[in-house]
Amino acid sequence: MNIPADLKYTESHEWVRREEDGSLTVGITEYAQDALGDIVFVELPQVGKAFNAGDDAAVVESVKAASDIYSPVSGTVSAVNQPVADAPDSINSDAYSAWLFKLTPTDAGAFDKLLDADAYGKTTGN
Amino acid sequence: MTLKATPLNSAHRALGAKMVDFGGWDMPVNYGSQIEEHNAVRSDAGMFDVAHMCVVDIKGANTRAFLRGLLANNVDKLQVPGKALYSCMLNTEAGVIDDLIVYFLAEDWFRLVVNAGTADKDVAWMNAQNVASGAGVTITQRRDGNDPIALIAVQGPNARAKVWQVLPNAQAASENMKPFNVVIVPDTAFGEAMIARTGYTGEDGFEIGVPAAQAEALWNAFVAAGIAPAGLGARDTLRLEAGMNLYGQDMDETVNPLDAGLAWTIDLVSERDFIGKAALQAKGQNFQFVGLILREKGGILRAHQRVVAASGNFGEITSGTFSPSMQQAIALARVPMDVAVGDTVHVIIRDKQLAASVVKLPFVRNGKVLAA
Repeated sequence: MNIPADLKYTESHEWVRREEDGSLTVGITEYAQDALGDIVFVELPQVGKAFNAGDDAAVVESVKAASDIYSPVSGTVSAVNQPVADAPDSINSDAYSAWLFKLTPTDAGAFDKLLDADAYGKTTGN
Repeated sequence: MTLKATPLNSAHRALGAKMVDFGGWDMPVNYGSQIEEHNAVRSDAGMFDVAHMCVVDIKGANTRAFLRGLLANNVDKLQVPGKALYSCMLNTEAGVIDDLIVYFLAEDWFRLVVNAGTADKDVAWMNAQNVASGAGVTITQRRDGNDPIALIAVQGPNARAKVWQVLPNAQAASENMKPFNVVIVPDTAFGEAMIARTGYTGEDGFEIGVPAAQAEALWNAFVAAGIAPAGLGARDTLRLEAGMNLYGQDMDETVNPLDAGLAWTIDLVSERDFIGKAALQAKGQNFQFVGLILREKGGILRAHQRVVAASGNFGEITSGTFSPSMQQAIALARVPMDVAVGDTVHVIIRDKQLAASVVKLPFVRNGKVLAA
């Protein structure tokens, strides 16, 4: 199971990348898309919405199950990936390029406290 | 608790199937993509391990009379050997104990196929009715114990042709057989084979029973003939598109079959008495069973979501999914009597009320989308 070393992770299977401008890009991991099966619906947050860490931010549904996606840190949504909402199965094809939303974090240091690839790997038995 | 396994368990694992606990059975939910498996059945041929379901043989001079009283549908519709009938078996309150198919093989031999999770309950009920009625038939379940039969369902427009490649001895006996009939072919390469032109997908095909010890070899021969293994995920999207009920979800012992869209399977016309008839006539129908197609974005239709009719009366979705053939969320729902086909209703999903159209079932049959 692929867990890129240059990303950070949450226990709820979100991956997070810090961009050069400090914004954070969020998606779900390969492990998560595999567990869900064929993804058929994605609901993204509104740009401008503010979240605390752990708030429900998005929904990803497969035929089997509806899965809540949580905001990994506190922040405000700066962009959403509409093409993924229009083609939900792209998450199954490449979970690490099918990002869901970007956040402007309220605390720049919060990113560093997320799980690294090894620690996330341990939580999924990889 | 150890899960029960069918004779095909190693074959599924060798194919890389994702396995799940299905009512106490270790079963494949998919072999990679349930959407691809679904599409293979609609366009070509796919197959399902249904060896967890249970063949029950009923034999004896009074078998027909016994079944006339036991089943809600009328076995007197079965006059030509080989003919099959879909029926519910009701309790005295007209609740559904199970749905099943009954095959007429001979006046002293009818064969039933019942659901996996209800088999023990069904056989116990039948034994009790056998005693209570004095019918004196013998009731033998053929799944656990001696002489077991394992079932494999091969479905799709090319299903029968591919089955005949693997079972050439069966072709002459089965190629002119009409839908909802069965033939038993004694001498195939995999032993005695029961070949029924029935299924749970809305496509043509065969449900095949062979001695359990031959099931794995037969499955592997089907794989080699280009039949795509398909798991429980695809089985559910296919049967839902085909408007076919799932026991335990669309109906159960607390549900009157008239409220589950099953009036067509009940013979209330003849004078025949059967278990549950009086309660059924007393209760009548109180809900309609319809198809829904979601018309607004906002999620997938799922079991137990509430449905609001224009009148403000509530209904409930019993089964829902995302239809691969239609690319829309669809559902089966129990709704109030004041709802009509063509109406718009609203489904409550995550605090929103999303519009859905009420349609006649089935959604899809023989590869064609009928409801839109």
